[in-house]
Amino acid sequence: MCLAIPAKVIELFPGERNRAMVEVTGVRRHIDIGLLEDDPPVTGDWVLVHVGFAMSKISEEQALDQLNTLMILGENEAALEEVQGYGLGDTT
Amino acid sequence: MKFVDEFRDAAVITKARDEIRRLADPGRQYRFMEVCGGHTHAIYRFGLKDLLPPNIELVHGPGCPVCVLPMGRIDDGLSMARDPNVIFCAFGDMMRVPGAHGSPLEHKARGMDVRIVYSPSDALNLARKNPDRHVMFFAIGFETTAPSTALVLMRAKALGIQNFSVFSNHVTIIPAIRAILDSPDMRIDAFIGPGHVSTVIGCRPYEWIASNEGRPIVVTGFEPADILQSIVMLLHQIRGREAKVENQYTRVVPWEGNHAALKAMAEVFELRPYFEWRGMGFISQSALRIRDSYAQWDAERRFQTPGVRVTDPKAAQCGEVLKGVLRPAQCKLFGKECTPEMPVGALMVSSEGSCAAYYNYEHRKHSVLTTIGAAARAATNRAATDRAATVRERA
Repeated sequence: MCLAIPAKVIELFPGERNRAMVEVTGVRRHIDIGLLEDDPPVTGDWVLVHVGFAMSKISEEQALDQLNTLMILGENEAALEEVQGYGLGDTT
Repeated sequence: MKFVDEFRDAAVITKARDEIRRLADPGRQYRFMEVCGGHTHAIYRFGLKDLLPPNIELVHGPGCPVCVLPMGRIDDGLSMARDPNVIFCAFGDMMRVPGAHGSPLEHKARGMDVRIVYSPSDALNLARKNPDRHVMFFAIGFETTAPSTALVLMRAKALGIQNFSVFSNHVTIIPAIRAILDSPDMRIDAFIGPGHVSTVIGCRPYEWIASNEGRPIVVTGFEPADILQSIVMLLHQIRGREAKVENQYTRVVPWEGNHAALKAMAEVFELRPYFEWRGMGFISQSALRIRDSYAQWDAERRFQTPGVRVTDPKAAQCGEVLKGVLRPAQCKLFGKECTPEMPVGALMVSSEGSCAAYYNYEHRKHSVLTTIGAAARAATNRAATDRAATVRERA
């Protein structure tokens, strides 16, 4: 459960400084960027996401490396399932 | 080897493997502990053991939060959710973990409102959408996950959300390492330090391991090349008779950690005087409870917490495996009474537990080979019988 998922920041929301829309292999979900308040990401940045929260900013190259790691670890489907699960509370 | 072949950095891996063989003194034994369950999973998945000389042994540490959670805490959490007004939320990894009276999933089948969330903030959203229900989030995890729970509690307080609480089972990694080092039968030479926990806590908290205990530690990433490179770095330190903290995973882990995350944890949590770890017993100051200023959102204070204690069966030798005294398959129950389908001990519970990882990748591999071997022998015998029968018929 300690593996982190790389995601690209697609959209930020004025007036909601803790929320960002990210994309992971085509899936778009909202995440919380509150843990990066000292150095907030901008649109186009890559971040490592764990349980719906951005943990750290990474380069695009590192993000692609990390995606590759998840794939060879056989964890990419679980990672995608996790990302798809974010925002469950929004619809219930 | 099979999995490593699929990896694009074959050249880097071959180089690291050769470097390890060059640096390792064939006249001695090395025992390195990887603390994090993610590393354990990666080591088995990639078959990294096959790349190491036989005198380097990797010992699998306590860094799997599902594995080290005492069974009684699951029962405590589920007993809070017996009130039909409560919605019980937890991460998916928790759902199949057995309590004394069944797993969360089994309780759901019996009518309890149990839901999987992928983020603690979704548990809070669920509370906002269901103002007439109470949403209880069963929180687990090391410092990787605790800051997210902390931020969600800060949001709940800021928004004045009354129908939400957290049952904190967050644990901290440093006291667990200390407990391992303090144990009299400890035989670890150096540590492969956790990757994503360190994005939060940084590298400083490990300094005493090097300076006081004289054990090298290298904070490490999750790719095969990362883990092998980290072993090279540990061997360099041992050869040079050094013990220091090094960071192999600089691309993700800042030396000072994540200040905002540490601040959120400090705002919401304080250390418990002691906490029970499955397979390791009670460890002082090893877990996080919710501070008085957030008491209203603390499930342990809002609900009756029975404080259930379930002792692990004596025959299960999880503690010895955790400390590296025994290998998974040396436990009396391994693969017999205790399997990933029917776990008895802590380390078989999650896929990141060392026994489950060993079972899934090593034990199954061997049993498949044995099965194939048996099938082949049976086929040969059948053919021989058939031939004999044919000969008899002809006669």
